[in-house]
Amino acid sequence: MVEILVLAEHRGGQLRDITFEMLTKAINLSSKLGAEVISIVLGKDVKSFAPTLAEYSNRVLLVENPLFEHFNSDLYQEVLSRVIRELKPLLTLIGHTSYGIELAPRLAASLNIPLATDCIDITFENNSLIVTRQMYGGKVNVRAVVRRSESYMVTVRQGSFMVQKPSPPLGGRIEELSIPMERVVLRKRFIKYVPPPPGGVDITAADIIVSIGRGIKDKSNIPLVEDLAKSLGGVLACTRPIVDKGWLPSDRQVGISGKTVKPKLYLALGISGSFQHILGMRGSELVISVNKDPKAPIFGYSDYGVVEDLFKIIPVLKMKIDEVRARKE
Amino acid sequence: MDIIVCVKHVPETAEAEIRIDASGRDIEKQGLVFDINEWDEYAIEEAVRIKEKFGGTITVITVGPEDADSTLRKCLARGADRAIRVTDPKISGSDAYAIAKILYNVIKGMRFDLILTGVQASDDESALVGPVLAEMLGIPHATMIKRIEFRDGKAIVNRELEGGFEEVLEVDLPALFTIQTGINEPRYVSIMAIRRAMQKEIKVLSLMDLGLSEEDVSETGSWIRVKEMFTPPAEKKVEFISGSPNEVASRIVEILRRRGLI
Ligand SMILES: Cc1cc2nc3c(=O)[nH]c(=O)nc-3n(C[C@H](O)[C@H](O)[C@H](O)COP(=O)(O)OP(=O)(O)OC[C@H]3O[C@@H](n4cnc5c(N)ncnc54)[C@H](O)[C@@H]3O)c2cc1C
Repeated sequence: MVEILVLAEHRGGQLRDITFEMLTKAINLSSKLGAEVISIVLGKDVKSFAPTLAEYSNRVLLVENPLFEHFNSDLYQEVLSRVIRELKPLLTLIGHTSYGIELAPRLAASLNIPLATDCIDITFENNSLIVTRQMYGGKVNVRAVVRRSESYMVTVRQGSFMVQKPSPPLGGRIEELSIPMERVVLRKRFIKYVPPPPGGVDITAADIIVSIGRGIKDKSNIPLVEDLAKSLGGVLACTRPIVDKGWLPSDRQVGISGKTVKPKLYLALGISGSFQHILGMRGSELVISVNKDPKAPIFGYSDYGVVEDLFKIIPVLKMKIDEVRARKE
Repeated sequence: MDIIVCVKHVPETAEAEIRIDASGRDIEKQGLVFDINEWDEYAIEEAVRIKEKFGGTITVITVGPEDADSTLRKCLARGADRAIRVTDPKISGSDAYAIAKILYNVIKGMRFDLILTGVQASDDESALVGPVLAEMLGIPHATMIKRIEFRDGKAIVNRELEGGFEEVLEVDLPALFTIQTGINEPRYVSIMAIRRAMQKEIKVLSLMDLGLSEEDVSETGSWIRVKEMFTPPAEKKVEFISGSPNEVASRIVEILRRRGLI
């Protein structure tokens, strides 16, 4: 039997979206390959996930242990290397998430199976595994061939596959695995979670967001965009480098490691459109981008684009908006 | 504290025009400006801060052609003590996994307490060199690190999760950490420091010096091989607004008005 193994990811008692995105892709591949989809979930108390996972899998493997209360890649590696050695799945899918980035490379190296990371598509062609991934901040896509192997591993980028609930549900068999962990010596120990700092501005509640990226060049230019945001009755948000430099507080960051926003208007100024950023603003109703690079990936996620120096646009735009507002009052 | 930092010399591509070359498997590198990988700049800065606090040495290692010396010199100017560059025409075609193998062979005989790398390189964005290297060396690791402290001979690190959350881990030493942007504020390097760094020696090693053959690296020793490169498809059909700034601004205002946004 050919098998596709999917590592279910969960945090705070919830299965994460990436789990279903991977399962959807696995089901899609399995129908072409005549494969079985097997999901595996590790945790202290994961039985409650089983019915949902069973809808998307032919088999569900539950591995419960108090040690798995918090994610620890060392423990996951111990369990998964045993399971993969025994099962020899054709393909193992893991999310390209904080957890997957910590786990997959080391797991693959220890098992000596080839790994392709951060993939946005996966196909088998003439017995070869071909993956699509991005390079250079999303400016090019690459199709890559994975070295021939009996078993492969792929980490999947979040938001790459639209979840489709199989109908009828697959009704997978639920099995509990007991894997002895006494011998495992932990060299890395979980201490605690740190939530994002409280307070600040809630950009997720805003209808209008003016968002800036590294194109803003200098901290001294921030008042300029603050004024524009004020004229529009919106809030100011930004990409990660702006927070890294300390120009705006972290509660303003849009993206995978920041906030997810869905405003009526997202005005992107000097933002290249790396995927980590896109994941946080993709749901916006209207996206208008200003970037001097006509090839900037952000344009592929925009309704309207302006190829121009943002410093030439902002003052005129603010002036015209103020005019309209003044006329209304 | 003896620290090893692995760095990569990469092209700046956020603002540059990228063209796919004649092979269809790579980008045209000519005319691009190369510099230290953004994540690695935070890694070397973190190493220097740790050294300033606890003493010890910093060794920077890169795999790359002679041009990559400028990235190593930047690290030396920041406060690294030694620099090693591995270069060999046979390395061409190597993926991140093969690079990790090379780094392993450089490091395996060395003494160290800590290895730092960037979370990922801005060119191939594989995010795997660090953890694979840790596996090969048999030392613990943690990725996407935003804070490092030391207590009772162990490292206490904050690693980044999604959505602004972090987790705090205690990790035995020696260990490898991949550094996330924003962990510190990389210092400004003075011209004087760069000039002084010009005098420091960069040790150059070949595959043979490391006991590696072409099969260990290149496409043969890699996990993945690029087949083709292409421009990503657009998710939305964008309408470009052209004209003078005045015309552009008027058009945007009109769009916003039509939608009742102003
Ligand atoms: C694990 C991980 C998590 C991450 N999480 C996030 C996240 O949550 N959010 C996030 O944003 N990023 C995140 N990143 C970083 C991300 O990969 C990019 O580095 C970042 O989004 C780039 O920000 P930017 O667009 O501001 O900068 P750049 O990519 O440098 O782009 C700057 C843009 O400005 C344009 N520009 C320059 N000058 C002008 C001008 N005068 N007028 C008009 N345009 C101009 C340029 O053409 C360019 O397109 C994460 C990365 C990793 C590895």
